[in-house]
Amino acid sequence: METLTIDNLRVEYRSRAVGDPVKTAVRGLNLRVAQGEVFGFLGPNGAGKTSTMNVLLGFVPPTSGTARLFGVDVREPIARQRIGYLPEQTYYYKFLTAEELLRFYAEIFQIPKAERTQRIDAVLKLVELDHARTRQIKTYSKGMQQRAGLAQALINNPDLLILDEPTSGLDPIGRMKVREIIQRLKSEGKTVFFSSHELGEVETVCDRIAILHQGELKTEGRVSDLLRQHGANLEQIFLKIIGHPLQP
Amino acid sequence: MNTIWALAKIVVLEMIRRKDFYVLFILTVLLTGMAGSVNLFNDHSIVRYLKEICLLLIWVASLVIAITCTARQIPMEREQRTIFPLLAKPVTRAQFLLGKFLGCWVATGLALLVFYLFFGVVSASREQHWPVLNYLQAGFLHWLMLGIVIAATLLGSIVFAAPSSNGTICFVCVAGILLLGRHLNKVALGLAEPLQSLLYGIYFVIPHLELFDVRDLITHNWDLIPGGVMALAILYAATYTAFLLTAAWLVFRRRPLN
Ligand SMILES: Nc1ncnc2c1ncn2[C@@H]1O[C@H](COP(=O)(O)OP(=O)(O)OP(=O)(O)O)[C@@H](O)[C@H]1O
Ligand SMILES: [Mg+2]
Repeated sequence: METLTIDNLRVEYRSRAVGDPVKTAVRGLNLRVAQGEVFGFLGPNGAGKTSTMNVLLGFVPPTSGTARLFGVDVREPIARQRIGYLPEQTYYYKFLTAEELLRFYAEIFQIPKAERTQRIDAVLKLVELDHARTRQIKTYSKGMQQRAGLAQALINNPDLLILDEPTSGLDPIGRMKVREIIQRLKSEGKTVFFSSHELGEVETVCDRIAILHQGELKTEGRVSDLLRQHGANLEQIFLKIIGHPLQP
Repeated sequence: MNTIWALAKIVVLEMIRRKDFYVLFILTVLLTGMAGSVNLFNDHSIVRYLKEICLLLIWVASLVIAITCTARQIPMEREQRTIFPLLAKPVTRAQFLLGKFLGCWVATGLALLVFYLFFGVVSASREQHWPVLNYLQAGFLHWLMLGIVIAATLLGSIVFAAPSSNGTICFVCVAGILLLGRHLNKVALGLAEPLQSLLYGIYFVIPHLELFDVRDLITHNWDLIPGGVMALAILYAATYTAFLLTAAWLVFRRRPLN
């Protein structure tokens, strides 16, 4: 069963000023992610990764085409019941503590009261914010905020995680932890769909990847197949596909 | 409903943890205290004058709290990008708006409670009787009126881009209605034709917030308002609030978020 389906997706941004050209961020994208996969969504800056995710989460309506999560059109709010999302830039209600933030989101997911505290404890432990749980988020460092973001993405024990550059701003240990969390989720049968610029990391954790360039899908496939076909590492493949001249 | 309430609690918590409310409250206390201290003649009418000043300050402060608190909600959510993780959860845009509305309304209600308690203390220090029911009626009508103001400000914060201009516009409109609303029809009579109909139109369309201003009820110790009239007031406020919230939803429903 497919967890995530994108058909012929096109995303255009119309600017408010009259006469400005329409900016096409994604054109004719088709993508399928199966349950239990860890899927890397790659592409240079401005390729359209965040725009695609914005459609998946219902922030931006598709200009044309469709996107479905668990077979439900993304325009239905219920499509988001079983997903966890970590935005590209994470800022949370700064006047809340991590614990209050997670309790708020747990209420939104209507997690029963008895389970709530248990869930909150579990995710705080997982992202190692246990020691700072009663401090307001405005006192957190950037990496701690990022981990609070990861905690909120996991609060509903989601079956699909959509992570927009989950390791940006983290130190090497933090990155390793995120990798471990992703692998652990995979072993629990969850699906992870994430964008990243860290190709080494992508190579180690992803089953499949897609490379987007200027809104178009350039390559899609199993990491192992791609590596074999090109006889190179992911970084070299990436540069070649987006047409960047290779260093001699 | 749970979702709406969860959202509302965050707004209330925000107001409690921000300084604005305390500043306004202390300002009101100080100004009332100053007004009270000029009471040199210990004249009887001075008590009424003090109560009037205190109530006027409460009205102004409550409008400032309601409008500033509401006007910043959605712009802040967007600017700080908290709206993204939030709407990525199973929250509809209608729930989002209702939660914000409820939160602002409850938060200003709590502020109002503190203000009226202070007013009660002030008047009890000068007079020996405490018309609690009068206070409750006046406070409740005041709160209903703020509901309409909050719904209008919420709509404004979606329509106008900048939160500060929205705050100013809302404040000017509300002050205009409170001061001039009831006279518009009379003004209209003295005007030439296209303007006359226009002004009449405005007179019939605007929410008459001044109807909810029953400060005389407590300064002059008037009789209580009959239940039927109260019911009508609730219906009137609910209708306008619902209308404004629906308009806000229609604008916000399909709006792209970035
Ligand atoms: N709100 C917007 N209005 C107009 N154009 C936009 C808007 N958001 C994004 N774009 C444009 O759409 C294109 C794709 O942007 P997007 O944010 O999806 O890229 P990305 O792949 O996430 O890049 P990065 O790796 O830098 O995060 C870019 O050219 C960008 O300028
Ligand atoms: Mg991006």
